[in-house]
Amino acid sequence: MSDNTTSNNPTEPILELKGVYSGYGSIKALRDVSLKVYPGEIVAIIGANGAGKSTTLMTICGIVPLEKGDIIYNGKSTKRIAPEKLPPLGLCQVPEGRRIFPRLTVEENLILGAFYRDDKPEIKKDIDHVYSLFPVLGERNRQKGGTLSGGEQQMLAIGRALMTKPKVLLLDEPSLGLAPLIIHQIFEIISDINKNQGTTILLVEQNANLALQAATRGYVLETGEITLEDKASSLLHNPEIRKAYLGE
Amino acid sequence: MIQEFKKIWKQYAITMLWLLGILWPLLGIHPDGTLSFRQTFTVWSYILAGTFICFIFYIINKSDNFKLLTEPIANTSQKLNNSLQSMPSWIWKSALLFGAVIYPIATGRYATDVAINVLLYVSLGLGLYVVVGLAGMLDLGHIAFYGVGAYTYAILNVKYGMGFWVCFPFAGLSACIAGCIVGYPTLKMRGDYLAIVTLGFGEIVRIILNNWMSLTNGPNGILGVKSIGILRPVMENGFTFEMFWVTKLELFYYFALGLAILTIIAVTRLGSSRIGRAWESIREDETAAELMGVNTFYYKLLAYAMGAIFAGFAGALFAARMRFVSPESFTFLESVMLLCMVVLGGMNSIPGIILGVIALIALPEVFRGLESYRMLVFGSTMVIMMLFRPSGLIAAKRKKMMETKQPEERG
Repeated sequence: MSDNTTSNNPTEPILELKGVYSGYGSIKALRDVSLKVYPGEIVAIIGANGAGKSTTLMTICGIVPLEKGDIIYNGKSTKRIAPEKLPPLGLCQVPEGRRIFPRLTVEENLILGAFYRDDKPEIKKDIDHVYSLFPVLGERNRQKGGTLSGGEQQMLAIGRALMTKPKVLLLDEPSLGLAPLIIHQIFEIISDINKNQGTTILLVEQNANLALQAATRGYVLETGEITLEDKASSLLHNPEIRKAYLGE
Repeated sequence: MIQEFKKIWKQYAITMLWLLGILWPLLGIHPDGTLSFRQTFTVWSYILAGTFICFIFYIINKSDNFKLLTEPIANTSQKLNNSLQSMPSWIWKSALLFGAVIYPIATGRYATDVAINVLLYVSLGLGLYVVVGLAGMLDLGHIAFYGVGAYTYAILNVKYGMGFWVCFPFAGLSACIAGCIVGYPTLKMRGDYLAIVTLGFGEIVRIILNNWMSLTNGPNGILGVKSIGILRPVMENGFTFEMFWVTKLELFYYFALGLAILTIIAVTRLGSSRIGRAWESIREDETAAELMGVNTFYYKLLAYAMGAIFAGFAGALFAARMRFVSPESFTFLESVMLLCMVVLGGMNSIPGIILGVIALIALPEVFRGLESYRMLVFGSTMVIMMLFRPSGLIAAKRKKMMETKQPEERG
C-alpha cells in the first residue's frame, strides 16, 4: 500500500457493507448484503443476471439510496455523504456499460474525471499516465468518445475513473460486450493498476472464471443475497460454483 | 446517365399521372356540376415542368456529372476556410465589431429597430443555450424569464420611480430567482417531463402577468416606462451633471449591442470553464457525471439561474425600449421561436445561435410580402434542417482544453 495514509490499520477493511438493504421502490434488489474489502485487495462479486451486482455498486456510490444497514468507507459511514463527494474521498466507480461522455473528446472525458481536482500540472501528468497505460487513447485524444470501439470505450471509462485518483475502484462488468482478446487486455491492466498503484478493486462480473482468476477473494450474489464468500482460488475450484457459473 | 434515367423514369411517369388523376377531381369538378379540364391541365403542366427540372438535376447528380460543378466550389470554400483560419481571430472580430458600431449610422431607423430586436434575442438565445445546449435540459418556457425581467423593470420604474441602472441588476436577480423556482422542483426530471413542466411554467408566468391587476395592470400592460437615463456632464454653469434620456433609437442600439457583447463574452467564458465542463457532462450522462464527482443538483440549478439572468437583463432593456410591457409579448409562441433559433443555428455553438437569431428575426422582415406563409416556412425549414443538418447551421467545434504531449513523443 503506497498512498493509503488515512486508514491507520491495514488489517481494517477499507470498505465494508453491513447488512445493506436497498432497491428501487417496492422492488428490493439487495437483502442483508454484508461484505468487506481490505486495502490492496481485488474482490470479485459474481452472480447471474439480476442478482443485484450493479445495485450493490450503485448503492455504495449513493446513486441507489440505502434503505437499511450501513456502508463504512475508510472508517466513516457514507450515509451522510453525497454521491459527488465520494470521488474526492477516493471512491470511484466505472459504471456498467461504460457510460463515457459520447460527444466529448477522449481528453475532455479524462479531464472530467479530474473534476474535483484543481491541480492542473498534476492533472496533465495523470492524463499522460493514462495514455501510457492505454496508448490507443493517446492516439485518439481528439476523437469523440462515442466514436471509439467498445474496448476503447472501456479503457476510457477506466482511465476516467483513474483520473479521480481512487483508493478504491469499483468496476462494473468491465468485460461486457467485448471480444475475448480485449477482455484479457483489460483484466491485465486491472491487475496492473492494483499491483503498481496499490488501488483496491471491487469487481463485479458475470464472467466468473476471469474475475476469480484476477481476484484475491470472491463473493457470490444470488437474488440480492450473499450466498458464499471465500478465497478466489477456492471458489474457482468449488464444484457448485463450477457448475453454476463456469458451465461445467 | 442513361442508365440512371432508365432506373427511375417509370416511377416518375406513374407519379405524374397519378398526380393528374387526383388533381382533376380537386380542380376540374365545380360545385355547380360542370366539368372542366383546362385549369387542371395548366396547373399540372406547371408542376410537370418544375418536377422535370428537379428530375434532370437528380439524374445528373446521381451519375456524378455534378462534380464538374461542385468540385471547384468545394475547393474554393476549402481554401477560403483555410485562409480564414490562418488569419488571427482579432482581425475579423474587430471588423465585425466595427461593422456593428457603424451599422445604425449606415442604415435607417427601421433597420436599427430590427437590429435591436436581433441583439436582444441574441442575449435571450445565449441564455437558452446555457440551459439547452450546454446542460442539455429542454426549456420550453424561457421567454417567461424575459417577461419577469421586463416586468421587474416596468413595475419598479413606474410604481417606485427607480431608474434603469438601479433596476437592471434587480431584473436579472428576479429572473434568476424565477429560474431557481422552476429549476428546483424539476431537477429530478429528465427529457419530456422537464419540457412539459417548463412549458407549464412559461404559461403560469404569462397568466399571472395577465391576471394580477393590482401589480401588473393585467392585459392592459404597464404604460409610461422610462427609457434609460444617463448622467451627462454639462460645462455651461460650471461642471454639473444633467440627466439625459436615451430616446433615440440609434443610441439605444448601442446599449443592446453592449448587452449582447457582454452576454457573448460571459457565455463563452462559462462554456469553456469548469462549470461549462460540468454542464456538458450532465448533458452527456447525468449518472456518470455524478459518479465523477459533479454535483448535478447544484450545476443544473446554476444552469437555470444563469440562463434566466441573461434573459432578465434582456427583458429590462426590452421594457426600456418599448416604454410599455404587456403579457402579449411573452407568449408560448415566443418561447418556441426562441428555441427554433437556438436549434436552427446550432445548439452547441455560439456563432450558430447568433446566425439562427438573425435568420429568424431579420429574414422575416426582409420577406415581409410573404408574411402569411411565415409559419409554414419555419416549419418546413426546421424539418429540412433536422434531416440534413441536425447539428445546426454552424456545428459545434470541439476545441482542445488542455495541452498534453503528442502521442508520438510518448513512445
